[in-house]
Amino acid sequence: MTDLADLSILQAGDGLRAGNFTAVDLLTAHLRRAAVTESHLHAYLVIDRVGAMEAARAADEALASGDERPLLGIPVALKDNMVTRGVETTAASQILAGWTPPYDGTAVARLRAGGAVIVGKTNLDEFAMGSSTENSAYGPTRNPWDTDTVPGGSSGGSAAAVAVGSAMGGFGSDTGGSIRQPASLTGTVGVKPTYGLVSRYGLIAFASSLDQIGPIARTVADAATMLEVIAGWDRLDATSYRGDVPEISGSLDAGVGGLRVGVVTELSSEGIDPQVIDATVATVDRLSDAGAEVVEVSMPSTDYALSAYYLIAPAECSANLARFDGVRYGLRAKGETVEEMMAGTRGAGFGPEVIRRILLGTYALSAGYYDAFYGQAQRVRTLVRRDFAQAYQGVDVLVSPTSPTTAFPVGARSTDPIAMYYSDVCTIPSNLSGDPAISIPVGLDDAGLPIGFQVMAPALGEELMFRVAAEVERGAEFTARAPLASSEVVEA
Amino acid sequence: MTAWEPVIGIETHVELQTESKMFCGCPVDFGDEPNTAVCPVCLALPGALPVVNEEAIEGILSIGDSLNCTLTETSLFYRKNYFYPDLPKNFQISQYTFPLCVDGHIEVDVDGEAVRIGITRVHMEEDTGKSLHQGDTGRIHGADTTLLDFNRAGVPLVEIVSEPDIRSADEARAYGAELQRVVRTLGVSDAKLEEGSMRFDANVSIRPAGSETLGTRTEVKNVNSLRSLHRAIDFEIERQIEVLDGGGVVDQETRHWNEGSGVTTAMRSKEESEDYRYFQEPDLLPLFIDEEWRRRVHSRRPELPADKRARFSDLGADTQTAALLVDSPELATLYEGAIAGGADPRTIGIWLTGEVVAYLRRHETTIEATGIGAADLIELAAMTSENSLSATAAKEVLGGVLAGEGNPEAVAQARDLLLISDTGEIESAVDAVLGENDDAVQKIRGGDMKPVGFLVGQVMQATGGRADPKIVQELVRAKATDSQ
Amino acid sequence: MPIDFDIARIAQLARIALTEEELEAYSAQLEQILEHAARVQALPTDGVEPTSHPLTMVNAFRPDEATACLDRDEVLSQAPDAEDGYFRVPKILDES
Repeated sequence: MTDLADLSILQAGDGLRAGNFTAVDLLTAHLRRAAVTESHLHAYLVIDRVGAMEAARAADEALASGDERPLLGIPVALKDNMVTRGVETTAASQILAGWTPPYDGTAVARLRAGGAVIVGKTNLDEFAMGSSTENSAYGPTRNPWDTDTVPGGSSGGSAAAVAVGSAMGGFGSDTGGSIRQPASLTGTVGVKPTYGLVSRYGLIAFASSLDQIGPIARTVADAATMLEVIAGWDRLDATSYRGDVPEISGSLDAGVGGLRVGVVTELSSEGIDPQVIDATVATVDRLSDAGAEVVEVSMPSTDYALSAYYLIAPAECSANLARFDGVRYGLRAKGETVEEMMAGTRGAGFGPEVIRRILLGTYALSAGYYDAFYGQAQRVRTLVRRDFAQAYQGVDVLVSPTSPTTAFPVGARSTDPIAMYYSDVCTIPSNLSGDPAISIPVGLDDAGLPIGFQVMAPALGEELMFRVAAEVERGAEFTARAPLASSEVVEA
Repeated sequence: MTAWEPVIGIETHVELQTESKMFCGCPVDFGDEPNTAVCPVCLALPGALPVVNEEAIEGILSIGDSLNCTLTETSLFYRKNYFYPDLPKNFQISQYTFPLCVDGHIEVDVDGEAVRIGITRVHMEEDTGKSLHQGDTGRIHGADTTLLDFNRAGVPLVEIVSEPDIRSADEARAYGAELQRVVRTLGVSDAKLEEGSMRFDANVSIRPAGSETLGTRTEVKNVNSLRSLHRAIDFEIERQIEVLDGGGVVDQETRHWNEGSGVTTAMRSKEESEDYRYFQEPDLLPLFIDEEWRRRVHSRRPELPADKRARFSDLGADTQTAALLVDSPELATLYEGAIAGGADPRTIGIWLTGEVVAYLRRHETTIEATGIGAADLIELAAMTSENSLSATAAKEVLGGVLAGEGNPEAVAQARDLLLISDTGEIESAVDAVLGENDDAVQKIRGGDMKPVGFLVGQVMQATGGRADPKIVQELVRAKATDSQ
Repeated sequence: MPIDFDIARIAQLARIALTEEELEAYSAQLEQILEHAARVQALPTDGVEPTSHPLTMVNAFRPDEATACLDRDEVLSQAPDAEDGYFRVPKILDES
């Protein structure tokens, strides 16, 4: 009998509505899984037992009256840069240690309104800056596939929790790949929606023009379901998309017959691990077999996307993180004057990667350098968008590996920022363009570590993207589970 | 000795009195309790985002339109980055390139001369919180800790930048006063300098008269009234002239006006100047003010002070009266009503600028409270033109009407001020005086007209000033020269 | 454009207190990263408009209505230092 913690959201939903088990049962199973895996993984920063139980009981009452909301009673984990009222929110930084927000972000509010059971807050790279979750001020998260490796980042905690079964679904944020890359490294499905489709109100800002909240799940259908609950215009976010929410999960079974799939040349060759390339090629072949027309697409500006990103994101974050000054909340260092206090607070409260990016961003915006750095990066961004627009004239979706490698050892890249930044080379272009992208697990490498495949679609093309992703999932038949997820291993 | 020409530009900040703040729904009109009108957005809690208040945009567009600006079609918000404890985000959402309004002008009256001052730009931003300094002195120096109240943080703030077209403290004051009138007429702000809903900073420099190049300018802050604006600029001009005449150089710096001591002092200079690192605000979308919107703003333009002055002038008001009427809607209504009823503009103007204003000030009251109406003024004016009241008596009657003693006829009667209309009564008085002053009469008969004045005076005294002096004079002459 | 920056000034603009060693270390790292980031300068971008928003929407407004504020006690309970309804910080200016 399948452990409740290993069901998919859709399966669990069916089971709850059929009365096979309760939401409390479901939550208990996940809490049990967390209890035995957390010492190995450290996926969570906070598990809110009391709040989750309350939500589970409320869900059971609603279920009893026939309520059919899709996430009702489903245990989910939230990345700790999503503001939750009454539950400590730290963005994995010392500077917010102990901060208990007085409000819920919009996505969080929609999840609560949807009856979801929030298990707790998951670990991340501090302020979402990183690709391994090693930059957390509270210690790294490990990959459940091999605990000597990283789960990816910055949403490593949510990805690990979903992969191991201590959450049925997880939410993360993606600025340069921070949902998709950890999903790829943990064998889960991760989605970055079209920019503006999900409200950023209540997401602790890293780079405002790039950040998006998105789901991490074990199946494509689960991820689509999760996205539907949080998507849609929010009056509290001026950058949220004002039009009707596009179809998301309507075409999961439509297959790829007649669709044109473009393989991005620049993202599928140099610098990519050979086993990843093999898996990518195999996946593309399967799509072709399933009826898709496959072509190669060159997008030359993607070579510069990484560089542009590492000017735009730090510039925006240097301003977004200015509010952390010890005045109104969070850490406060001693100081004779308020200036001393602010500088001391920030020096003590921010980790090295965060400081690096703030300094970089400050420089990129400074007088005399703005045009050559930030200004130029924003123009390169336009070229990236043009490349995408041009590509989509000839294809319906674009594909590539999600990550150049599989999970790397803890500590392997933490002293080499450039190497770390390179982890995002395949994911960054769609953050710059604002178009949606998804990572689907398609296989394991020789070391037993998951490989992710990325599907990208035009803006608001979620339905198409999920449709192709579902076909990729069907073809890959990826049924492997992280070793740590197996109760036997854990009990041994 | 060089002849120096002052070159002055003024930056004005106006708090818009909208219902809610610029980027969040906290109320603008808050009470005295600190930090009760705050939310995640204006407190800059992690995760909060700004959303533009549409009414504030309407407000600034109406200001720009009233200042004859071009309204920008695509306008952008920027982040102005600097750290200060009363600035929660440690950046201010403001405008930089593509501000909402550009290239305007305003005409101000300086001692009867019309002076045109250019407006460079009008842009939208947000106000900061307030800081109070604890410590012995209560002033910024010597305070041990600082208390912060964020009720004001995020209030919509309009910045108006003038061209450096101002050439004297008088012009500056006239400019400031006129801006205040325009803003109040639009109803977007009460523009009270003493309360901070309108603030001035002056940029002052001097150059040799006739020169085209600009001298080094200083920025003068902490001007809390129109009078201070005048005094501060006067002082700063003199100070700079003294420096330059003495062979020194004017330092580019910010100076603090001290109302008590009447001087500007250099503020603590920072080692390096601030670098605001402006970049377009990614949390806000561009503003697109299409043609239809711009047309609507323009069509909504109310009658501005300059238009009012012109209209009152057409109604016969002199400069002084017109200026008074522009600043007082109550008096303007009175004036308009009186003129419409046929009263003489000059007379009404004299009464309003003199007796009425003095009365209102003395009794700290309003026209409404006194109950006086245009009908009263029309009646009173008629009484003077018909010679039932002397000019002096009319003023006294006016005072009585303002005091609520009744309409002009009633007051004049009650106070016994009506000029005597009964010729017979005057004749008797003349006869009586002539009878008592025979030598004077004889002199007049003899051709010497000098005693006429004396006799007229006697009659006026006898009648308590109520006889029409012209009639008295005629009668005195007639009767005196007439044989008895 | 050659890479040339004053790390102390940048740290001051960003209000981050760093030791001499830290400043040196960050300076070296930044130089390394900037070399890579500066690759953007190799792409010709004459006549290309910068992107500041991925969306092409304009005019996101809210109506001018007052809405509920936060409870002051709840807000100040998270403040590092507060007094009498105010946030309290060390003095603003140095006594000079």
